[in-house]
Amino acid sequence: MVKSTSKDAQDLFRSLHSAYSATPTNLKIIDMYVVFAVFTALIQVAYMALVGSFPFNSFLSGVLSCVGTAVLAVCLRIQVNKENKEFKCKTIVTNLGGIVAMFVIAV
Amino acid sequence: MMARCLARFLVSLLALAICNAASVSHPISDSHRSAALDVFVPLDGSYKSLEEAYEALKSLEILGIDKKSDLSSGTCENVVKVLASPSSALKDVFYALSVNGILKCKTGEDGPKDIVSKLQAGAKDAKLLLDFYYSIRGLVLVKEQFSGTDLTLGNAEAIFRSVKALSQSDGRWRYSSNNAESSTFAAGLAFETLAGVISLAPSEIDQSLIQTVKTGILKLFDSIQKYDDGTFYFDGSEGPISTTASVIRGLTSFAASESTGLNLPGDKIVGLAKFFLGVGIPGDAKDFFNQIDALACLEDNRFSVPLILSLPSTVISLTKKEPLKVKVSTVLGSKAPALSVKLAKALNSKGSSVINNQELKFDADSATYFLDSFPKNFDVGKYTFVFEILLDESANEKGYITEAQTKVPIAATGAIGIENAEIAVLDSDVGSIESQKKLDLTKDGVVSLSANHLQKLRLSFQLTTPLGLVFKPHQAFLKLKHESQVEHIFLVKTSGKKAELVLDFLGLVEKLYYLSGKYEIQLTIGDASMENSLLSNIGHIELDLPERPEKAPLPPLHPTDPYSRYGPKAEISHIFRVPEKLPAKQLSLIFLGLIVLPFIAFLIGLTRLGVNIKSFPSSVGAATSALLFHGGIGAVLLLYVLFWLKLDLFTTLKALSLLGVFLLFVGHRTLSNLAAASNKLKSA
Repeated sequence: MVKSTSKDAQDLFRSLHSAYSATPTNLKIIDMYVVFAVFTALIQVAYMALVGSFPFNSFLSGVLSCVGTAVLAVCLRIQVNKENKEFKCKTIVTNLGGIVAMFVIAV
Repeated sequence: MMARCLARFLVSLLALAICNAASVSHPISDSHRSAALDVFVPLDGSYKSLEEAYEALKSLEILGIDKKSDLSSGTCENVVKVLASPSSALKDVFYALSVNGILKCKTGEDGPKDIVSKLQAGAKDAKLLLDFYYSIRGLVLVKEQFSGTDLTLGNAEAIFRSVKALSQSDGRWRYSSNNAESSTFAAGLAFETLAGVISLAPSEIDQSLIQTVKTGILKLFDSIQKYDDGTFYFDGSEGPISTTASVIRGLTSFAASESTGLNLPGDKIVGLAKFFLGVGIPGDAKDFFNQIDALACLEDNRFSVPLILSLPSTVISLTKKEPLKVKVSTVLGSKAPALSVKLAKALNSKGSSVINNQELKFDADSATYFLDSFPKNFDVGKYTFVFEILLDESANEKGYITEAQTKVPIAATGAIGIENAEIAVLDSDVGSIESQKKLDLTKDGVVSLSANHLQKLRLSFQLTTPLGLVFKPHQAFLKLKHESQVEHIFLVKTSGKKAELVLDFLGLVEKLYYLSGKYEIQLTIGDASMENSLLSNIGHIELDLPERPEKAPLPPLHPTDPYSRYGPKAEISHIFRVPEKLPAKQLSLIFLGLIVLPFIAFLIGLTRLGVNIKSFPSSVGAATSALLFHGGIGAVLLLYVLFWLKLDLFTTLKALSLLGVFLLFVGHRTLSNLAAASNKLKSA
């Protein structure tokens, strides 16, 4: 049973991996950016766990800025993804340029 | 009601007396001269700068102390060096010439010509007030010291006008035409400079110019400050002593030239003299110099010479019957002209005058005026004597000026009579006397009393002045001292005709710490007007007090040294906020590196994905807007870095808003270009 579950996990992994490579490059860039931001936040949390939260303000600002930019990138990804017709938000601008501009200003 | 009205009137009169504060000024005396030796003679025989040397030597010269032989060698060397060198600054040349005027060093024959040409060039090119001052006053000094040289100021009127241009409408002057800062000290320098220009000018300066300067001087006097006792002074950023001295120097040199005809209000001159005499003996060399120099200017000036009335002693002793001496002299202590001194009023503490219009006799040997007879009703106490000086006819030519009235506080002392002193032990309720003893307070008595806690102790006596009036002493204390050195002090109050103290032991048991036993009795009577103040040990009293209950306070421990309370106290150790523990530096640096890692991983991932910038527009218009857009974003990131490093939130937000607006425009243009390009691609 264990073997089959591990094989299932491997299969699952492989299928995910192949599905993922199908996504267009734009979205992959955004995904990488999100991963980068989240990693930075995690490292900051690990540092705080290690040395204590003395300048608590610094910790909060660092983590929340990383998380915030990740959230905005995810939002951009949602709006840019062509397969997301049902998620097309009723924004003021509907073209790609407007969405990008909104993202930049928000950041 | 009458008594209340009278009391109110007396209080207001007393308040008025305090407002017109009386004070005695003393002219410069030998204590000044000995202090001057400490302040002005340097330990190693040389001065740090020529300015210091000039101030010290001038002060010593004015005070009449001759130290030239000791100090001249080193200073003269310095003077000769400065005057011979062609590159000396105007300020150094000026102070070198000033010192030379006092010490009369040998500077050589060809010295003057170079100096004169240098100073004349300085006067011609000067723009700042200080340059004018040093060059013009330097030329005046050269004219005094080297009588052979012939120097006149060709463009005197132009120089006068350019100095005058630095004046302001409120009477003060500016140091330069660029700087709007003005000061009264600069006004004094300007007056000296203008006086120098007038004395060096070949022909008379236009009277209208001199008149404008005189109106400026009167305007300057509007800003004079005063204290309540009639002292006047000028205040400024250099301090009142320097500022007032500078103004006095300027005014006396301006008035010294005949053509100006300056007349200054006499009471202000006396007030200024009193200000400098009121300084006392300054500890600072600069203040000392300013005080002595200003007083020397006032002593010998053209408009009016102030005379000061001073008293060597302000105490009249009715027992010794010595006369009250008054001296009148100039500010530096020189002899005054013929005059007469009158005691207009002698006001006692109630405000009424006991002596009126008494003329003082003159003793020519000691040059003092004295009053030797006092009226019969002159009692002990505090008085304010009001003196008036009347100048004889002959003195009016020179132009002496005195205060209208000089108020001096005088204390009259005498022997106070003590009568009917007695001490008694009374039974509390009934008030009957158990034992009573008469006291002779001039001798230490051996009175021995005994009392218990239900009884009272009464002490009474009468004090009378030499005239027989009731006297209320300033201090009257009774001290009870236990065998264990514990002391208690009680006040003896005067009411009506006598002074009385009643100690009710029933109420005092707790204060006496329930200590029974033998107490020494000590009486102290004292007052400033009392010449026979006394402290007498009256005797002992044996007190029988009840037992101490549990909760009563303990008597204080016997202090080993009565002065120990004045010693140093325990040291206070402050507890400061412990700073937070910061992690080790290396750890923080490691994590800094770790933070950068994901960013590098991101960039590597981007290149692996094959990110390109092919859609970057190539045409000029679109390219610039795209570049500007990316540049703008880069600028915003840079702003964040600067905000972290040094800017504050407000400037950052301001800059951010500007950049944001800029980015909006440029970004919109870039995006529209991109959209147009993609449309073109689609259509094509």
